[in-house]
Amino acid sequence: MSLTDTIAFIFYNAIFYAAPLIFTGLGAVFTERSGVTNIGLEGVMQIGAFTGIISNLFLHDIFGGATVFVSIMIAMIVGSLFSSLLAISSVTFRSDQIIAGTALNMLAAGATIFLVKKLFEGKGQTPMVKDAITRFDIPVLENIPVIGKIFFQNVYLTSYLAILAAIVGWVILFKTPFGLRLRSVGEHPTAADTMGIKVNRMRYIGVMISGALGGIGGAIYAQSITLDYSHATISGQGFMAIAAMIFGKWNPLGMMGAAIFFGFAQSLSTIGPSIPFIKDIPTVYLYILPYVLTILAVAGFIGKSVAPKALNTPYIKGSR
Amino acid sequence: MSKRWTPILIPVLAVILGLLVGAVIIAISGYNPIVGYAQLWEGIFGDSYVIGESIRQITPYVLAGLAVAFAFKTGLFNIGVEGQLIVGWFAAVYVGISFDLPAYIHLPLAILAAGLAGAFWAFIPGILKAKLGVNEVVVTIMLNYTALHVTNALIRSIAKGDTTEQIAQTASLRIPFFEEITQYSRLHGGIFIAILTVIIIWFILEKTTLGYELKAAGFSQDASKYAGMNVPRNIVISMVISGFIAGLAGAMEGLGTFEYVSTKTAMTGIGFDGIAVAVLGGNNPIGVVFGAILFGALKYGSLNMPNPPAQIPEEMISVIIAVIIFFVASGYLFQWLYEKFSKKKGVK
Repeated sequence: MSLTDTIAFIFYNAIFYAAPLIFTGLGAVFTERSGVTNIGLEGVMQIGAFTGIISNLFLHDIFGGATVFVSIMIAMIVGSLFSSLLAISSVTFRSDQIIAGTALNMLAAGATIFLVKKLFEGKGQTPMVKDAITRFDIPVLENIPVIGKIFFQNVYLTSYLAILAAIVGWVILFKTPFGLRLRSVGEHPTAADTMGIKVNRMRYIGVMISGALGGIGGAIYAQSITLDYSHATISGQGFMAIAAMIFGKWNPLGMMGAAIFFGFAQSLSTIGPSIPFIKDIPTVYLYILPYVLTILAVAGFIGKSVAPKALNTPYIKGSR
Repeated sequence: MSKRWTPILIPVLAVILGLLVGAVIIAISGYNPIVGYAQLWEGIFGDSYVIGESIRQITPYVLAGLAVAFAFKTGLFNIGVEGQLIVGWFAAVYVGISFDLPAYIHLPLAILAAGLAGAFWAFIPGILKAKLGVNEVVVTIMLNYTALHVTNALIRSIAKGDTTEQIAQTASLRIPFFEEITQYSRLHGGIFIAILTVIIIWFILEKTTLGYELKAAGFSQDASKYAGMNVPRNIVISMVISGFIAGLAGAMEGLGTFEYVSTKTAMTGIGFDGIAVAVLGGNNPIGVVFGAILFGALKYGSLNMPNPPAQIPEEMISVIIAVIIFFVASGYLFQWLYEKFSKKKGVK
């Protein structure tokens, strides 16, 4: 392998693994900015992965080549509806957000495998999908010398959609009135309420956006990496997305950077043995890297990460 | 709704509602809920074997729930019980296979190792919270996955495979008498350790100055600080004790149920179920026992549900437990319903 080949190989693997993390991490940014922690994103990703795979299997004959993207859209809707449970429980009925999120995770793990067994005669694993997310060359850009080869040849479309989504997310959050309102209910709900912003409605929107994006993340993960659904399909990716959000300081672009880095670390554990230098590192270090870095980040050793002020507190009108 | 009864009334209502919602879901999915619940009952109480196995399942749940509840009393959310349990499990088995000692030293040593491993794993978020004010929820979540991968690597290095050898019989919690009366189920003596731990924790919380200080920090950190209590020190102590209990839960699996440790692709789930147990038990040591009995029994009994004629996948029980937790956590829901209801009657 030449140097460009190696770099291209590492790069596309990194953003390949990062795409689901970026989508889900962006969801985490939106919900936390509105003042609701969604620990349940792990479960949301499971729901997304399950819905994606099931839709893919059953709609394959109708949609042909477009099946993958139809499945992602369905997973988005189902993920959003699923996460509304968190909003109902913790925004309307003021439950502890962490407990409700944990319940969401249990529910997702149980319900998806229950349905898999129901649909596939007691087997705990779905068949493999026929349509997976495939790679392609981006027209025009692929012809740029060196850079074209590294960034634009033989790439997954979802990786670039993820990066685009993070940029759009940043614009929405920091450059639009909606973004300002969303952030204000997460920082100072009483002040936001005084200005006529409906706090609980904004929080519902924040949580449901996180569900939609987490659903997309799960569907992409399942349809590009595992290609089927079982209890071990999503194992920690949701929490890793939350880690990316914290490491990226609750900012969509910072989160994206962290997610690409975590994707890189994850991909190294699979592709590492074929790359010189890296093959000597025991894989356990690569596995734990995202988590350890996040602990260091929240501890302030790598820049200070500060959470939105009103995180984890239900808004009760009239209380101080 | 009188204040005194709400801590008991809400969980009871939530369990009943959870089972009803479960029945509806089972029916919608095309199964028979009555047959299903009957088989669930059989799976818990059917014969001495399943009773033994149910108690065996309840044992780590008591400890995992207690670990969550104890931290919660101090105002800390230890979502890392899962990780502390995993390192405890590994430590217990490591001591169990590495030493050649008489049982009266070997077994306590292995249990102690599990507790200390869990305590160490919980010390990290404790010290970070105490010294730097770092949110313990984030750190404990990250440490869960760190624990999973680190123990997997350690198991591979000592076992040269994915499963270690069996622990020495001198480190085992199994009791031949228990095995005989339960048709050779895996019921082990750990249940006594679990109950003893509950009593000790209850005593610490209710009868000692340390317990008073820990609970005070749970109510108001500022107030405890002005009263001259050392809040950072109490945070660390609380996390370490919580982690120690979680490590003991790992010992139950390592020295009792399995007598070995193998690599894992996903979490054991016991730590997260421990959160459910603590929530249902109102974070009270005695309540935790009831929570663990219910969820442990449901979890084990559910294994009988896929058998004919019911043929319901056992994952249904996780759905029911999640629904119960939603109801308990949303306590305001009941208050809201109650107010609606009393307004209608014109009482208020």
